[in-house]
This record gives sequence, structure tokens and C-alpha cells, in this order.
Amino acid sequence: MTVATDDTLPATPRALRDEMIVFVVMAVLLAAVPFTKIYPFFVMQALCFALLACAFNLLIGYGGLLSFGHAMFLGTAGYVSGHALKVWGLPPELGILAGTAAAAGLAVITGLIAIRRQGIYFAMITLALSQLLYFIYLQAPFTHGEDGIQGIPQGYLFGIFNLANPTILYYTVLAGFLFGFLVIFRAINSPFGEVLKAIRENEQRAISLGYKTDQYKLIAYILSGTLAGLAGALKVFVAQNASLTDVEVAMSGLIVLMTLVGGLGTVFGPVFGAFVIVAMQQYLSGLGQWVTVIQGSVFVICVLVFRRGVVGEFAHFFRRSL
Amino acid sequence: MKKSIASFLLGTALAVTTAGAAFAQDKTVKIGALSDQSGLYADLGGPGSTLAAQMAVEDSGLAAKGWKIDVISGDHQNKPDIGTAIARQWFDVDKVDVIVDVPNSGVALAVNNVIKEKNGVYINSGAATSDLTNAQCSPNTVHWTYDTYMLAHTTGQALVKAGGDSWFFLTADYAFGAALERDTTAVVTANGGKIVGGVKHPLNTPDFSSFLLQAQASKAKIIGLANAGGDTTNSIKQAAEFGIGKGGQKLAALLLFLTDVKAIGLETAQGLNFTETFYWDMNDQTRAFSKRFADKMKSNAPPTMVQAGVYAGVRHYLKALDALGGNPHDGVKVVDKMKSMPTEDDLFGKGEIQPNGRTIHSAYLFEVKKPSESKGPWDFYKLVGSVPGDQAFTPLAESKCALLKK
Amino acid sequence: MQALYAQLLVGLINGSFYALLSLGLAVIFGMLNIINFAHGALYMMGAFVAYFLLSLGGINYWWALLFAPIIVGIFGMILERTMLQWLAGLDHLYGLLLTFGLALIIQGVFQNYFGSSGLPYSIPDALKGGMNLGFMYLPIYRGWVVVFSLVVCFATWYLIERTRLGAYLRAATENPTLVRAFGINVPRMITLTYGLGVGLAALAGVLSAPINQVRPLMGENVIIVVFAVVVIGGMGSIMGSIITGFALGVIEGLTKYFYPEASNTVVFVLMVLVLLVKPTGLTGRAA
Repeated sequence: MTVATDDTLPATPRALRDEMIVFVVMAVLLAAVPFTKIYPFFVMQALCFALLACAFNLLIGYGGLLSFGHAMFLGTAGYVSGHALKVWGLPPELGILAGTAAAAGLAVITGLIAIRRQGIYFAMITLALSQLLYFIYLQAPFTHGEDGIQGIPQGYLFGIFNLANPTILYYTVLAGFLFGFLVIFRAINSPFGEVLKAIRENEQRAISLGYKTDQYKLIAYILSGTLAGLAGALKVFVAQNASLTDVEVAMSGLIVLMTLVGGLGTVFGPVFGAFVIVAMQQYLSGLGQWVTVIQGSVFVICVLVFRRGVVGEFAHFFRRSL
Repeated sequence: MKKSIASFLLGTALAVTTAGAAFAQDKTVKIGALSDQSGLYADLGGPGSTLAAQMAVEDSGLAAKGWKIDVISGDHQNKPDIGTAIARQWFDVDKVDVIVDVPNSGVALAVNNVIKEKNGVYINSGAATSDLTNAQCSPNTVHWTYDTYMLAHTTGQALVKAGGDSWFFLTADYAFGAALERDTTAVVTANGGKIVGGVKHPLNTPDFSSFLLQAQASKAKIIGLANAGGDTTNSIKQAAEFGIGKGGQKLAALLLFLTDVKAIGLETAQGLNFTETFYWDMNDQTRAFSKRFADKMKSNAPPTMVQAGVYAGVRHYLKALDALGGNPHDGVKVVDKMKSMPTEDDLFGKGEIQPNGRTIHSAYLFEVKKPSESKGPWDFYKLVGSVPGDQAFTPLAESKCALLKK
Repeated sequence: MQALYAQLLVGLINGSFYALLSLGLAVIFGMLNIINFAHGALYMMGAFVAYFLLSLGGINYWWALLFAPIIVGIFGMILERTMLQWLAGLDHLYGLLLTFGLALIIQGVFQNYFGSSGLPYSIPDALKGGMNLGFMYLPIYRGWVVVFSLVVCFATWYLIERTRLGAYLRAATENPTLVRAFGINVPRMITLTYGLGVGLAALAGVLSAPINQVRPLMGENVIIVVFAVVVIGGMGSIMGSIITGFALGVIEGLTKYFYPEASNTVVFVLMVLVLLVKPTGLTGRAA
């Protein structure tokens, strides 16, 4: 996916400084949420989706690979974390670890299959793989089919912090989000990230330069899947349930939409997009299926006239990297 | 230690607020109708359930006694996440007292946990899962209208007694279908029938022909459809195509609603057997209510059993509040009061709420009329048999509900 | 053994739908290089148009077979003219995203107006009933579906691979500039091709209306299976998509008999296996 990035600025020190400033502002604003009247559950949900979208963005924005099945990582981590917490009685930190590890394992397996093709084929293969997983989860006994895993205990993080307390839970989710975000940020600005971008721009050239592009793509895919899994594991503590909704194709589409709205290949775009889409779902829920129609329209508008996304357009206008 | 201090503080805080409220004889109530407003369950619950709740408020006559009762509605879009988010917000921000309807078992169970945590009242009418009053029961929950156990038992028992003693199952391959098949199998064998076979089909199958061929080859007298929604309507439609009704085999849909019959059409659905606990054309009272209801519906449709259950549930809830003399804003207390009073209304007749939250009322076996027998746009059913409430629902002795162990 | 024949035949019926749908996808992909995510929604529209023609205009099934694809095809051409054509020259993934958005809009609008329970559409009188083949009771309508889709599939193949128009089409995919130099209006050909692909989807919708409930979401799941079919077959080839469509229908039918639990996953599992052995798909060229 090369178009949105024709004018990406090189990772100059100035660009890096700009991004760090925005990051600090974002972190401070998010940390201040519990002191405001903003409803924390809304922000927590949005944070989980923001991390998910950032993970997805790593793959499309920097690796040029459009995954239409990222919900499989979200759902897998959710189910495994939920099961670990509820049935095995693991403490929260191990529950999160279990879910994230499961997503990582899934990413290795599906990555080896999907990475064999590019472009549209890659999108369709990931889509089909996630649908395969959806049917497996629908029938597997431990997911409880359409009932889902319910009433998942939140427990005490490290045996001390009571996650049933909304404020403590909020900071836990925020910490998880910031951690994931920084990992991605670091990856993008590393030599690894530079090679990824080179592959995205021209894979043949990267190959001729001697890079084993498949390996780079696979690593990016696994990293992306793992962090998407972290988002899924965190979400379990917010929603206290794990259900089929998180493995559905519609969810994968929503992830794409969030990133597209914010801006493919921008650092902060997916975060912005996630907040917009979650807010839309929340506040327009009275409109019923019109929400689907609105989401579809946003897709169409973004693709036709707004391919850089909100943050991308903004950055483009000010010639900044965001 | 920390925990106990926290809960102590919370307890005192609650005690103070509830005491304050009771003292002031608070007569405000907020009812939240949480349903699927435009998806799969919108026709059987949805806007009609909100209307039913509003009609129950009007009919209660509490406004004249100085009560102020609001009904708000929400769309859970069949997603547990969205359902719980709305429920939380309703309790935290909008100060809702009671949530009603909530079709879709997954969402219903998720919301059940939130309501228990927030000590609200839950009157579920739309969900099929019998877990709401069994393994996952809650002191804040009342389950009206129907559940999987009741559907399986009534249909199974009535059909075996009518001579349908050999069964073949077409079962949706997930928890819901398995539960329906298991419960029906138990009652069929207990009544002297036998299961000659079955096949599990994937959810949302567009094509049932393979499965129907197997059902046909089994020569079973009854083909039990342990599925729901689009799967049920498609399997019924395709069974007609394969001439299954004409070959002497009977179809029994274990979960079917009035709106499904409308969607399939009498031509195809005729002769089908299934169970409901309410039908608009049962007696003068149901007809009178249904006429008032249909006049207010955009589609002029009479109420489904789910919508009727919302009406009856809200009526009973308001009766309990009236008896308490004010709204204590304490879910467990209100539900206890509801359980202590026998239920009686125009739609479901006399009944009771068991300690596990299950409402007990009669269940009816219906058969879909032939097109020639139907006299109006919604004249679909004829009554074949009925089962009294205490035989239709899970016996308390079999229930794993923790509330029963006290 | 008799049961096996029956399942084979039933699988062939199912394969007819896969073949028609994957054929439409292949036609569109061949010309526009777009994976039409709206294919399922347009399939659904075909069924709905048939319903409206009957209930509002009294136009029967036979005419619906002709009119519904034309109406939906025109709708598709409008979509192509107003939106898809602006994506020419961009990464192909944008086409996928745009058509995904379109699918959401179309399905959402239909759900708002017609709910989810669906609408009834009965089998035309001439095709009612069935015949006893000895090993199974074959509803006449099902037999009709197989025969009719075979005819349509091969007619489409003939049109594209064996006629002058088809030659232009194929040439325009290979080298649009050159074809334009011969005085052929390439954009118009692209529009017509999209209309043809969409029309095939709508035709499948009309065929399925009497079998399935006419529901807004009827295309939602089918389309993902068809995507997998297309990946298995390799998207370049018209004949490949037809044969894979029928073949996978039969394989799925057999799974329904031998191991029904896996019948909705078998296509995806096969896709994985094919990708491991031959990443370009069975008949595909390198992308």
C-alpha cells in the first residue's frame, strides 16, 4: 500500500522530536482522565482498540501488508486470557501473559501461511484464516459458543492492585497501552523498521540489496499479532467477558476502518481513529443498523477523498511527521 | 484485609443512601429496555419491547399515585461488549433501576453480571439460555417467558404423547443447539420415545439439503430442529422442498417465534409444531391487549411472546414497588419482593417466581395452520396442547443455582 | 453407496452457487484488478430485486432471472462510474477497502428497511415438486439450478475466451494503452465488465431466493467462502474458477456427510493446504 506514503518524511531528528512531544502530551492527557468527568470505561475500551489499531498499522503502514483478519488475535487472546483467569484461576499478570502468548503462537502459524502471498491475496488469506478460527471457536467447548466466557474475575494485579477498582484498572490498561505503543514506536524507528519501509516501497529492490524480505515480513507480522493479542488480553479486564464478536469479520473490518480514519502509516493516526470509531459506536448506538451504514460511508469517503486519514492530512499540511 | 475494609465502607455507603432514599419515599423509576433494535432479534424484541414496557407503565396506574416512571431504550447490536457498556453507563450515569428484555444469550449473560455487580433489577424476557436461572443465577434476576429447558420439555413431551416416538435431530453445532438437543433427548426417552439419529450442522448454513437427506433416510417420525433464527427458517423452507412433510415425517422446531412464521409464510410452514408461552389469539384478554399493542406498532404486528413477557414482567415489577411504598433503589430487595408475590396478568395468567428467579407459567404446543384455515394476516397457530408451568420448567431439585442452597 | 450419490449431487447444487459467484469475482478481478468485497451484498440484492419484482410488479421468477441481473448490473455500473474508476492507478487494496465499505452500506440499508428475519419467495409452479431418482428424492428446482448455472458459466467462458468482444477485453487487461490506440473505449469496457460480474452475482441471488430465505445478510458468509474458493482456484482463470467452484461444492457436500462438524471449515483448510503446496493457486499464474 504505497499511496498514502508518497510524502512520508524521513526519520530525521526533528521528526523524532515532534513525535516524542506528541507522545508525552498524549500520555499526560490520558493519565489525567480519571480526574475529569469523562466516563473511564469508554476510554479504557478505546485504549484497547487503539493498541489493536496501532498493531495493525505496523503491518499495513510500515510493512505494506493489509491483514483482514486481525480480529483473530484479539479474540484468541481474549478467550485464552478469560479461560486462564476464570477456569485456571491464574492471577491477572499471568492471564495477560497467557493470552498474549497464545496470540503470538497463532501469529507464527498463520504468518508462515499468509506471508507466502502479497497484496490482495494476503488480505484474502488472512480473512479466510480468521473465518476458519471463528468456526473453530464457535464449536470449541471452552469458548462456550455464543454464550461466551462470562463473569471473568478481574483479580489483584501482582497480588496488590485490585483491578475491580475502575481507577486502578484504568491505569493498568493505560500502562499496557503505552507499553505496546512504545514497542511499536521503537520498532518503526529502528533499522528493522527502515528495512520494512524499504520492502513496502519496493520489495524487489530490497531483495536485490540482499535482505531476506520474507523474514522481515514474518517478524513484523508476529510482532503485530502479539501486540494485538495484548490488546485482546487487556480488553478482557474491561469487558469481563470474551465472546465471538471479537473474532468476527466485522471486527477485522472495524480495525481497518480505525486505522484508515486516523491515517495509515502514521504513528498517532490509529489512536485517533480508534477513539473516533469507539465514540461513534457508543454515541450513535441509538441509530441501530444505520451505524453500519455510517461506518461503510466513512470507509468509502476515506478511500475516495481522504486516503491519508485525519492525522495524515494534518501532518501533510504542516509538513510534519506524526 | 484491604478488601474487607473496602467492602465495609461500600456497605455503609450503600446503607446510608438506601436508608436516605427509603426515608424520602422516592417514587422515581427508570426502566431501560435493552434489546437488539435492528438485527436478528429486532422483530421479536426490539422497538416492540420498548413499547410493551411503556404500555406496562401506563397500565399500572402508578402515575396517578404520584410515581414518575421513565422508559429509555438501547441497542446492544448483539455484541456482549456493547451490551455491558450500555448497562454500566445506564447504572453509573443515567441511574437506571431495571433493565428489561435483552435477547441473545451471550449478551444476556454478560449483562446479568453487570446488573448483579451494580445491584440493579434484571427482568429478562428475550434470552433463551436456561443458565440465567440455573448455573449463572443471580439474586437480581427474574427470567420471564421461556428458556431452552422449557422449549425442549414441552415440545418433546407433547409430541411423544401424540405418537411421535422416533426422533432425528438437526442440531446447530454450538452450545445452544447442544443444550436443546440434550434436554429434548432426555424428555423424549423418558416418555418412551427413541432417538434414531441426528446430525450437527454449522451455524448459518445456507444449504441444508445434505442434512435433510440424512433426516429423510432415517425414517424418523419427528425431525427436531435444535437451531434458531435463519437456520430454522432455512431448514423449514428446504424441508418443504424435499417433500419431507408429504412423506409423513413431521417437523418440530424447538425455537420458533411468531415473526419467523410470518417470514416463512404459511404455505411452507404449515403443519409445523413448536412451543410458545404466549399467543395473541388465546383469549379475550390477550386479544384486547394485542389490538392495543398492534395499533401502536409501526408494522401493526401483534406482540410476540418476548414482548408480552416484557409487559408482564414490568407490570409485576411495578406491583412490587407499589407494595414497597417507594423505590428503595436496591435490586435484591425489589426482586425478593417480586418473588414473594404471586404473578398474575392478562397475558400469562397466574404464576409464580421461583427462588432462582425463574417465572413459572403455562406453556403451549402449537401447530401452524394451513393457508386455507388462516382468517387474517397474523392468524397462524392452532393450539394442540398445553403443559402446566411446574412441569414445563427446570425442577428446583435439578437446578444448580447457588441461591437455592441457603 | 446410494447415500453417497445423493450427497454428490447435493454438493454439485451447492457448487453451482460457488461457481457463479467465483466466476463473477474472477471476471471483475481479471479486468479491474479489484477484489469485489461487495459481491455478497450484490448477490443479496439480486434476491431482493426478484422479491420486489414479484410482490410489487407481479413479475414472475422467469422474468426476474433476466431483469434482476440487469437492474443490479446497472446499479453496479453506477458504482463503478462514480467511485471505483477513481481508484485506477492506486494500490489494488484500496479497491478492496472501498467495496468492503459499499457492502456495509448496502447491507445496513437493507437491514434497516427489511429487518433480519427475511422475506419469503416461493418456487415457481413449473419447478415445484420432485422426482425419485432411486437413490434420492431430487427437488426439480435443485436440478434446474445445476443445469442453468452450468449453461450460464459456460456461456460466460465462451463470451470471454472465444468471442471478439472477449478478445478485446483480454487485450485491454494486458495492454490498455495499445487497445485504446485501436479506437476502443477502454473505460466503457471496464464498466461493462463490472456490470457483467455484478450481474452474475445477482443471478446467483435470484436462483437462491426460492431455496433460502431472502435476508439482508444472506451474502455475508457466502462471500468469504467464495474468496477462499478463488484463492484455491487462482484468480487469473475463468475456467479455473468455474471448475473450482463446482469441485469445492462437491467436497463440502461430502464433508457434510462424513464429518459434518468440519463442513464449514473444510474450504478454508483446503485453502491453507493449497497455499502450502502451490502458493499461486491451482490454476493461477504468479501474481
